[in-house]
Amino acid sequence: MSVELLATLAKYFAWVIALLGLLAPVMVWVERRGMALIQDRRGPNRVGPFGLIQPLADVLKFIFKEEIVPTAADRTIYLLGPILALVPALTTFVVIPMAPDLVLKSGLRIPMVVVDGDVGVLLFLSLSSLGVYSLVCSGYGSNNKYSQLGAIRASAQLISYELALGMAILAVLLPVGSFKLADVVAYQQQHGWNVLLQLPGFLVFLVASFAETNRLPFDLPEAESELVSGYNTEYGSMKWALFYSAEYVNMASLGALMSTLYFGGWSLPGVTLPNSWLGVLAGGAILGAKVLFWMAFFVWVRFTFPRFRYDQLMRLGWKVLLPIALLTLLGVAILVVAKVY
Amino acid sequence: MEVAIFVLFAALSVGFAIVVVAHPHPVKSTMSMVVVLFCLAVLFVLLGAPFVAALQVLVYTGAILVLFLFVLMLLNIGRERAAHATQPAQRWVALIGAAFFAGFLGMLLWRTHGPDTLDALTPDYLSIHRLSWELFTTWLLPFELVGLLLLVAVVAAYAMARAPQPGEMTPPQAGALPAAAAAEGAEGGGDAA
Repeated sequence: MSVELLATLAKYFAWVIALLGLLAPVMVWVERRGMALIQDRRGPNRVGPFGLIQPLADVLKFIFKEEIVPTAADRTIYLLGPILALVPALTTFVVIPMAPDLVLKSGLRIPMVVVDGDVGVLLFLSLSSLGVYSLVCSGYGSNNKYSQLGAIRASAQLISYELALGMAILAVLLPVGSFKLADVVAYQQQHGWNVLLQLPGFLVFLVASFAETNRLPFDLPEAESELVSGYNTEYGSMKWALFYSAEYVNMASLGALMSTLYFGGWSLPGVTLPNSWLGVLAGGAILGAKVLFWMAFFVWVRFTFPRFRYDQLMRLGWKVLLPIALLTLLGVAILVVAKVY
Repeated sequence: MEVAIFVLFAALSVGFAIVVVAHPHPVKSTMSMVVVLFCLAVLFVLLGAPFVAALQVLVYTGAILVLFLFVLMLLNIGRERAAHATQPAQRWVALIGAAFFAGFLGMLLWRTHGPDTLDALTPDYLSIHRLSWELFTTWLLPFELVGLLLLVAVVAAYAMARAPQPGEMTPPQAGALPAAAAAEGAEGGGDAA
């Protein structure tokens, strides 16, 4: 096997281990304890100190629960649902640079991004847009009216917010002149963080990312007060756990993308990281810290804001976010053409 | 390796394309079409056009087919009813159309293997910069016209969907929402009653 192939595999599995093995369990704990903190309760505190071992207990419970497929469900499509949730989730992060390039002693330069292609962030968008099929399949395959309503909502919601998200991203890419996120990081090292220059675009991205990950206040496809649990009503045991972990992986990927587009990615202003293993570790730690911040932010927002009504959600997406994103794009384009920006 | 990937995904796309046409269940047809379009994207990557592949997945599988599914689920169509041609003329028109298309494809194939071959698309031609350059200089007018056509289609669809129909269910926002929604309803021919 060539060094490049080995390096690509190593980088990919570094992401998978970091997200699925490290971040997801920690987020289970953070989410439940954070919810308890905000709601003035104790939260899980029986398993281990401060309930830290709780995620392990949860996983054990999921594994030992009986696997049930509803009799009336469309078996193939039903079982496809959770798989389609996790597979796109485990691919989107491949275009996000996690550290400065590593230069080996032999002079070989290894970019610290799994897929180092020209397509860059477009690949992120197209892969993450596949996630909606999980919701559609599970909602349709369950043969349950609540699930189906959740699936219908999900398909309309995700398309609506993807547009605003894409426009906000394009506004960031215009001055950079490249789809590669590594170039976006390099640009920010020179010109400062994008969030300062593109605040409206950032706000659009932030709001749309909540809708894209189906998190409150935009979790209409689940909406437990109306739809029992929406598209995942009929799922239990590990099948449900797949949805759950896919949600965390998606949150983390979007958090990483947000940090990369608007907050300098793995870089810090005024700090030059060396192209060595130390630099790689430091870059990874900086990006990880930024991602953790956004994860905590997601949890905080979830238990602070009430859910939108569906028509409000649609109006916000099409009549507020999309015009703001388009105007931002137009403004940035004019500034770029005028060579001001 | 490349040939193996090509054969696998070409076979998958043809197989699922047959499922799209043959399956009696519209939702499963659409899901098969998702697989077909995804396989086509893989073939685009093999041809050295990752940009086209990414756009293919983003636009077709990520948006258009989701809309298909949305409509199918909204209409709640269980099985395809009267899927087969009801008029004998339909069958003949379809046959002629298929023959014409096959002839066109055959002509293309003949040409690419004949003396005057088509220009091969180099990786340079398929790069994002070059593609955008061509799109916004050489092909600017057709590109803008296609955009205009889509806009016309959207406006037409909107006008048709807005037309009041007998026995149409009033959406809940007519009563629950303040004036804005009601005014909109009135503008578009009014289902605010």
